[in-house]
Amino acid sequence: MENLLFSKSHEWVKIEGNKAKIGLSDYAQHELGDIVYVNLPSVGDKVTIGESFTDVESVKAVSEVYSPVSGTITAVNEELESQPELINNAPYDAWIIVVEVSEKDELLTKEEYDKFCK
Amino acid sequence: MLIFEKSVKGRASIQLDKLDVPHYELKAQKRNAQARLPEISEQDAVRHYTELSRKAHGVDNGFYPLGSCTMKYNPRVNEVIAADKAFANIHPLQEEETVKGCTQVMDELSDYLCAITGMDAFTLQPAAGAHGEFTGIMLIKAYHMSRNDTLRTKIIVPDSAHGTNPASAHMCDFDIVSVPSNAQGGVDIEELKKVVGPDTAGLMLTNPNTLGLFDKNILKITEIVHKAGGLCYYDGANLNAIMGVVRPGDMGFDCMHLNIHKTFSTPHGGGGPGAGPVGCKKSLASFLPTPVFGKLPQGYDPKKSIGKVKTFYGNFSVLVKGLAYIKTLGKEGIKDAAQKAVLNANYLLSLVKKDYDLAYDRICMHEFVLSLQKLKDETGVSAMDVAKAMLDYGMHPPTMYFPLIVHEALMLEPTETESRETLIKAAQVLNTIKQQAVADSASLHDSPKTTIIGRVDEVRAARQPVLKYDFSK
Repeated sequence: MENLLFSKSHEWVKIEGNKAKIGLSDYAQHELGDIVYVNLPSVGDKVTIGESFTDVESVKAVSEVYSPVSGTITAVNEELESQPELINNAPYDAWIIVVEVSEKDELLTKEEYDKFCK
Repeated sequence: MLIFEKSVKGRASIQLDKLDVPHYELKAQKRNAQARLPEISEQDAVRHYTELSRKAHGVDNGFYPLGSCTMKYNPRVNEVIAADKAFANIHPLQEEETVKGCTQVMDELSDYLCAITGMDAFTLQPAAGAHGEFTGIMLIKAYHMSRNDTLRTKIIVPDSAHGTNPASAHMCDFDIVSVPSNAQGGVDIEELKKVVGPDTAGLMLTNPNTLGLFDKNILKITEIVHKAGGLCYYDGANLNAIMGVVRPGDMGFDCMHLNIHKTFSTPHGGGGPGAGPVGCKKSLASFLPTPVFGKLPQGYDPKKSIGKVKTFYGNFSVLVKGLAYIKTLGKEGIKDAAQKAVLNANYLLSLVKKDYDLAYDRICMHEFVLSLQKLKDETGVSAMDVAKAMLDYGMHPPTMYFPLIVHEALMLEPTETESRETLIKAAQVLNTIKQQAVADSASLHDSPKTTIIGRVDEVRAARQPVLKYDFSK
């Protein structure tokens, strides 16, 4: 939790060296409601700051998930394919992708993000 | 129970006369296996479908304010005309000389649709709205390709758009660029200026938009896109608010679809099938799927067509019903319907705004959007709970959680065919539910309670779908 950074489009990012783990924030999963499907991208796909890399389907709607970094996907969390509810149960454990980062967006700290959501 | 589960081998609804002509085997198109059709008596078939209809809520059962869907009354005269054997008992491969009446229907309908929308030509082929969007975006693509303008890879879509807009553009291999809405619920002009450029293929827009608001900047918006070299696509989902009053062709749109099954009163939503004709300005006409009916602009060249998007002529009987509707109403009636749709929406809005918050508090067009965020924060009762509770009062829920930019959204579209009494009743129901939310919020979480099927576990249904019948057995 401590090392997490956030985007204004409600993704969390955990930077580890030149890699970034990306998931959906607790606020986002709460707003979406029960998530029933995650349309996972593939390893090797390129992601770009501010552009959608996947969409998640909840009972309410299908929503885009935007990348807070640019780079190449090195891993996807395949567990989400059969258990999309992991995002609801533990959003900060349920990472969606890992990206080898070439460029980062300006990101918010936990405090800044909490303030932003209010 | 599915009708296939009621099937008994050898049982039938009809008995064919004894064969009294020589047996002839069709060789060319013989099936490998018998079709799997249910074998059932006529009475059991009638009971089966009557039972299904009792489990559903249609526009013939009660108020159906499903926003963005225009669930207006389906006049029975349309059905009578479409069922005429001269329309119903034809074959699409019949010689054209033998179906002149049918081609006249398509000619007249195409011309009326051009007049209503300000377009120059129409294809009647697309089967529904999203199919129309796909066709329209293909026209835009064909236009840019015909000019060797291959760098135009992006379609701009506002953040309040119908989800089918980005989906249709994606189907045509375009990248999607989203533009945010401004504080009035319209397209943010400054943001639009930032995203247009030499890579802009076009813009998809519905006006009035999905908030039920007419974007007064529409001429400026289409001009910005045109100046960048892009084209403008009009999503006709909300045409019911403006038909006979304003024309998309005059707002600067180059192509569009409309929904015969919404605006022009033919059944939909299980009453299916639909029809989503696509119209365009003369610069795009040659790209339309063929055959095209009605008066065609000068220089029309079918050799440039993008090809067919559906077999033959589309859903022909739906088109007959649409034409019947237009002819029944006439020029003044069409305008009157749109104006009354807007009046009805504003009347209902004025009745419910004392109990619920409006997403945008201004005069609306044919529909309006409530935000139940405050109610949810204060009582725990969500938009879903309120929508489901309406079923207990014999009313279909409004559209929920759309548009996405409004939290806890409920979108109501009463249409012009509802009476003042029905609108008052609907407002009373919403008032009662509001009081119940405040007094006893828990009681609303498992509504509806009086319907044959209660609250459905939508999460489980989506995560663990159970296939009811296995056709491979």
